[in-house]
This record gives sequence, structure tokens and C-alpha cells, in this order.
Amino acid sequence: MLMPEPDNAIIARREEIIEAMRGIVAGEGVIFGEEELRAYDCDGLMAYKQLPLIVVLPETTQQVSQILKYSHENDVKIVPRGAGTGLSGGALPLADAITLGLGKFKDIVEIDFENRCVVTQPGVTNLALTQAVEHAGFYYAPDPSSQIACSIGGNVAENSGGVHCLKYGLTTNNVLGVELVLMNGDIVRIGGKHLDSDGYDLLGVIAGSEGLLGVITEVTVRILQKPETAKAVLLGFDSNEAGGDCVAAVIGEGIIPGGMEMMDTFAIQAAEDFVHAGYPLDVTSLLIVELDGPAAEVDYLVGRVEAIGRAQNARYIKVSESEEEREKFWSGRKAAFPAVGRISPDYMCMDGTIPRGQLAHVLNRMAELSKKYELRVANVFHAGDGNLHPLILFDSNEPGELENAEKFGADILRLCVEVGGVLTGEHGVGVEKRDLMGEMFTEDDMKQQQRLKCAFDPEQLLNPGKVYPTLHRCAELGKMHVHRGQLAFPDIPRF
Amino acid sequence: MTEILKAENDQQVLETLKWAAAEEKPLEVRGGRSKSSLGRPTEIDHVLDLSALSGVTYYEPSELVLAAGAATPVAEVEAALTENNQQMAFEPPDLGPLMGIAAGQGTLGGLLSCNLAGPRRIKAGSARDHFLGFNAVSGRGEEFKSGGRVVKNVTGFDLSKLLAGSYGTLAVMTEVTLKVLPAPEKVRTVLISWSKDGIYDHGGVKALTDAMASAHEVSGAAHLPAAIAKRSAVDYVAGSGRAVTAIRVEGPEPSVAHRCDALKSLLGKYGDMEELHTANSTVLWREIRDVACFADEHDRDVWRISVPPASGSRVALKILEGRPGEALYDWSGGLIWLALNPTPDACASVVRQTVAEFGGHAMLVRAPEAVRLRVPVFEPQDGALENITRRIKEGFDPHGILNPGRMYEET
Repeated sequence: MLMPEPDNAIIARREEIIEAMRGIVAGEGVIFGEEELRAYDCDGLMAYKQLPLIVVLPETTQQVSQILKYSHENDVKIVPRGAGTGLSGGALPLADAITLGLGKFKDIVEIDFENRCVVTQPGVTNLALTQAVEHAGFYYAPDPSSQIACSIGGNVAENSGGVHCLKYGLTTNNVLGVELVLMNGDIVRIGGKHLDSDGYDLLGVIAGSEGLLGVITEVTVRILQKPETAKAVLLGFDSNEAGGDCVAAVIGEGIIPGGMEMMDTFAIQAAEDFVHAGYPLDVTSLLIVELDGPAAEVDYLVGRVEAIGRAQNARYIKVSESEEEREKFWSGRKAAFPAVGRISPDYMCMDGTIPRGQLAHVLNRMAELSKKYELRVANVFHAGDGNLHPLILFDSNEPGELENAEKFGADILRLCVEVGGVLTGEHGVGVEKRDLMGEMFTEDDMKQQQRLKCAFDPEQLLNPGKVYPTLHRCAELGKMHVHRGQLAFPDIPRF
Repeated sequence: MTEILKAENDQQVLETLKWAAAEEKPLEVRGGRSKSSLGRPTEIDHVLDLSALSGVTYYEPSELVLAAGAATPVAEVEAALTENNQQMAFEPPDLGPLMGIAAGQGTLGGLLSCNLAGPRRIKAGSARDHFLGFNAVSGRGEEFKSGGRVVKNVTGFDLSKLLAGSYGTLAVMTEVTLKVLPAPEKVRTVLISWSKDGIYDHGGVKALTDAMASAHEVSGAAHLPAAIAKRSAVDYVAGSGRAVTAIRVEGPEPSVAHRCDALKSLLGKYGDMEELHTANSTVLWREIRDVACFADEHDRDVWRISVPPASGSRVALKILEGRPGEALYDWSGGLIWLALNPTPDACASVVRQTVAEFGGHAMLVRAPEAVRLRVPVFEPQDGALENITRRIKEGFDPHGILNPGRMYEET
């Protein structure tokens, strides 16, 4: 992974930068010892590691503002970091950049049940948000599987999803406002407790901007009342085609389940060996369909999903009969990653999204690729929205296997784009998929996206080297290559 | 003299914009013309007419995805969706009659450019939440695309969100892709009829926030003061002569019946309870969606005010203190449609001061041209946000050729 060439002039000024940071953040908030920096050398994408110049852990928005202002004036790059659970390397440090950790922003600022929202600092974990409101029956809907550790600020930066986002939306659909510090130190508030943005929808572009536009110091999220009840249905099929057809039939009948997950043979076996979820082992694909809502609705929809399953020749159908059993059904799916981790020294998780109708084709092609690269692959899949998570098994101690796995992964993502899908459904581009952006976007597409960055961060000091494969100077991006008089007058009807 | 340039296809849009960018000729971007009086009035010599870019280009009901030319009539899209029991879940409003023109003129591109949404906004989100991707030409005269044709995608900046609500000032969309969802099997509405006489705006908004805080997946939450309720075409609403609070639930029959009963017992303390079934519900929520109550008296100024839901009635009553007018509350109180008797400044200063006190923003939706030139139509921005807005505009449209002045005088 090629990162931008570090600026040696900045590295040479390290001591001076440390002093300046200690003037802003007292005590242990400035980290510069090599041993301590080691804890920050990667995020959830552990294949790539880099020691940051230094790490700074501010505690107030004012401090964030001062840090950014100093960095802006002194040409120092900034890599924002939440809980460091991201899977695409968005928080991968740079040798010449300050890693700005928001881990000390741990307070919930306000809980407002009347307006159904919570105002929180960005370092609060996704799960802690739900825990803060569950005494009143509320929860925060987006639930990435790292929810015990991932922070809400990171969720906004990555526009995180989870198993329930088909029905309840991604982070972007559940965020009402942010306080954001711009690279020049300006503090702005975007949105609030009201629903619609005024002017350009800046909140909409900040969600999923992967730390390239600003540093989030406060978030307002919508909370929902928990559904009265939930039941899960397991459906086993003889082929991936049949499983995929069943998903299409459920949606075709107008049912949007709270969650709809699919696993292939390998993933079923690994999960069952690991947590004994009670999965059938003689099926080729397994669906978990969760229905939530009032009991009257859940029972009615469970009946319909069972009927659809039978019509689609499910060879195995089981409905959870207790909350305990429902959780058991989910335990296998939720443990799929560690289950695969148990049988392989390393694994790499991909994240493409495809039109669901292409599922069987994509899985078959993936099986061919698996043979070609001589690497095993297990598939878990947010079936409702077409988001694939192929897990490529490899051993980084074997020479060449990491590179081989990377190539295999890249081929899978190219395949996703080829069938009309996208590179990433919820994990983000980061550094991991940066060099594949050209598979999906033209140079003009990416330049136009980067012009948005220029509006927020004209000097491109925030998280450079992430998301976009080529760094263009904003002045270059701003130039217009048109020449008066040399263009043909448009040959279109005039009235 | 206005000159209309009619693009027959994407290529001609590109050529026109290249020409306009090179010659620095501003263009008014036009789809179906249904929203031409929405926003700041502009005087632009050239009109780019996109009406030929019409028609559904891709629709896979089981993928929940539909793509269409930017100028495809909303009605055509709705007809295609209805055939498959699907819908645009954000409940696109038809503001034609409110703005003084015929209903049914709107296009998909116009709908997205203004980021409009109806009562279901509180449950399903706005147009921007269903806008998956687009092909467009920037004011630089360059084709670009963003997003994709799948419902879950975080690849690159989400420029769909940026174009939603940008009133055609950043790029000319040629094709747009939307997420669509199944239409509900049944619709019912729980009505609270408040006692005769008296002002029940506060009570109504309180009842709405109670309903929204329940687990009953409310998909519409509106309060109609008595004078507005009286103008409804639904007998149950108009007949009583009382203020009416309306709460909608949608879904399969057993669920809807259960949730209606639960809401009636939750809210029974506020007033007499009534229930509307599918046909009457459809009429009532269409009236609320399209602000039909203010569609007749065209001399009144109309504001669209977005505030924290629980403060809706306080905002509206404070503005209405000593000023003749009416407020319709949607989005659980978070959206106020305010009609005021005409004044030279549409009461802008009191509206904006009051909104600033509670958080949110106000848009002057309907007023004579002279007033909309005098008074900022959109919430004025300042400092850093104004800078970002200006720089975004420059990045997409450096010569200011796309709908200049439509949102803000300077951009």
C-alpha cells in the first residue's frame, strides 16, 4: 500500500510540534514515546501498520480547534481517529501526521425523549448510546457488529451500517446534527434537533466522509422506541440460487424484515463448530430472517415468511420460540468472523454490494477465484440489501499469501462493480479500496468529489492518502479547461 | 428575451453546459416548471429545458431500485411503482396547487433538487434518504456520476445528498436512481378531536410527541387547528368543528388494528377518539402532504419552518401573536406550515428570530416576487458555513451559470 511520501521537513520539526501540542493539551494527552505510539499504529485493518508522528488526545472542542488551527498554520497533517475499529484503514496513521484521537470525548450531553434524540460526544460507543436510553424503552438503531467498541463519531465518519439497516437505515439516515471543527480551526454546527437541513445538505456529505472534511466533536442522533417483540426464522436451501430467490420473494411480497442474513456452507460449518447455534449442516445456504414489531404483526409475518420458504423449497425451516432461541440463531451469524478466525491464522473481510439478483452468479465466480488463488473463502451476506462479506482465509507467515489474498479480494470487488454493484457497502474505502476507486469512477467523477473536499480543506491536510488514489492540488482541481470561441455552439433546438 | 434551449439527450446537456461555461451564460435549469416560483426569483436569459430527459430507465422491484431520466414526471414514476405495490416512501408532496398551478406537473429531478418529503418523513426520511445515485453535468461542463444502483453504498463522498436540496445550483442531473419500498397493505388514522373552542396547538403537539415516543411505528403525525380541520374533505375531520390531531399507522392488517387500539388507549386522555380507514386516511394525508389548506387563499404568505418537533406549537404561536394567520403542524410538530396575511417583509424578522430561539430554519415558500427578492427565501448563513457553501458552489459551478441567485443572492 503506497502512502503519500512523508514530508521530512515536518518530521524534523517533531519536537517543536510536541511542544506546541503540550501547550494545548496538558499532561498525558500528547503521546510521543515509541512504545505508546505502537498502540495507534493501525485500526481494524491490521494488515497495514504505520507509527504516527505523534498522537494527541484532546478533551474539549476548543482544544480540537486549537490543534487544527496550529496544524493548518504549520502545514501539519491530521489523521482523525475514533475507537480505531474501522475495517478499511481510514485511521491508518501517517509518518508525518498527528493522529487526533477523540477517545476522551466520552460524555452524553443531553437525552431528549420528547424530540426522540440524544446529543452526545463522539467518543461514546454505539452500544453505550443505546444503554443510556434503554431504561425508557429506546435504542439507537444502526448496530455495526463492532458496536461494543466502535464510537459514534467513527460511525458518522464511516456511515456505518449493521444487520438492521435495510429497515432502519444507515448512520446517515439516523443522524440529525453534528458539531464539526474545520481544518482551519473554525467550529461549525450543522443540523440539530430538527429534521431537514437548510441550504446544501452538509450533514449528508459529512456522514461517510471518512475523516476528510472535518473533525466531529458532537453528534445528535435520533433514537427509536424498541420494537415490542422480535422473532427469527431459519431457512435452509439446497443451493445459493434458491436462497437468493427466497430473499427476492420475501421483498417481492412487500415484507421488509428487521434483518435478513445469509451464510454459505463454509460459514455455516465454521459458525456451528464454534458456537453451536443449532444450524442445519446439510444445507448449501442458510437464511436468518428477523421480523420485529408488535406480536400481532410478528406472528402474521412469520407465517408469511414460512409460507414463502415452503414455496421456495426450503429444506429446513425453524422459527425461534423464545428470546433465548432467537439470540442463539443470531449467535452463529454474529460469531462468523471469529469462527473463521479460529480456523485460519488470518482472514480478510471484503464488503462489496451487488444487485441481489446477481448473487448466485457472484458466488459461483467467487468459487472459481478461490480455486485460482488456492485460498478458501467463507461468505456471510446482508442479504436484504445485497451487501456481501466474503472472508478470505490466508496465512501471512506464508510468503506471498497476503499479496495473493489482496489480489483475490480486489478481483471480488471488481466482480461486484462488473455486475452493477459497488466497492463498499458499509466499511468504507479508506486505504484498503482506495486504488480500486477507478474501477467504479472515472477521473472526472473523482475530481468532482475531491472538489467537495477542497471546499472544506483547501490545503488537503485532513487524512490525505485515504479514499482517493490521486492527490490533486485544489488549485489544479479548480482550473477550468475551456477556451472561449473554440467550442461548437450547441446544436440543440432553440425556442 | 428569454431563449429556451431544449436538450434532447444527455449529450446535448453536456454541449450546452460546455458552451454556457465557456461563454459564462447563466442558465435557468427547468424540468416540469412546477417549482419555478419556489426559491429566490431570478432573471436569466437562457433556459435549459430538460423535459425530453424523461422515462423510467431501470426498475427492478425485488432490488428496490428505480432509475429514470431527470425530467420524468413524478406521476409516471408513481404509476410504475403502484403497479408493483411499491412507493417512494418519503411521500413526495405535490406543491403545485399551493404555489398556484395545476397539480401533477412535478418531475423527479425537481423533487430531488428541492429535497421535498411528505408526512412519512418522520419514519422514512426525506427525498435525500432515498436518493442512491445520479449522472449529471457540472457547471464546469463535465459529466460526472456518484453513488450507484444498490441500496447500500458508502463508496466515495455521498454527492447525492449534496445535490438533494441544491435547487439546481450545482449540477444538471440527467438520470437519477432511487430506493423504492413496498407500499403498506393497510392504512389507518387515529384522530383526536379536542373539546370545542380553545387553542389546542400545545396539546396537539404533546399528543404527537407521545405517539412518536411509542413503539407503534407512527408514519404520520399532524395537528390541524379547528379552522384548518374545517376545510378538510374528510367528513370526520371537518364535521366536528374542533381541532383535530391525526396519527397514522401503516402495515399489515393485524398489525395496524393492534397499533390503532394501542394508540387510542395511549391518547384517549386528550379528547374524543375516532378512526379513519384506508380511503379516508389517504385523502386526509394527501391534504396534509400538499398543504391543501393554504392552496386557496393565494394572497397569504406561506412559510415552511423546520424546528425540534416538541417546540413546534411554541414557535408557531409566538409568531402568530398579534399577527393574523394559521399554522398546520406536520412531522410531529417539527414541520410548521405557516400562512400569514401579506406584509411587505412577510414578517421575516419575527419568523427568523423566533426560529433562532428554538433551533431550526425557515423558508419563505410563497410570497409575491418583490417580497422574495427583498427577504432571504432560505435561512441566511453566516461565517464559516457561508464560506463552505460558496466554495462548494465554486467547485461545481465556478462561473455561476447554474440557477444563479436561486438560493442565495451571492451564490
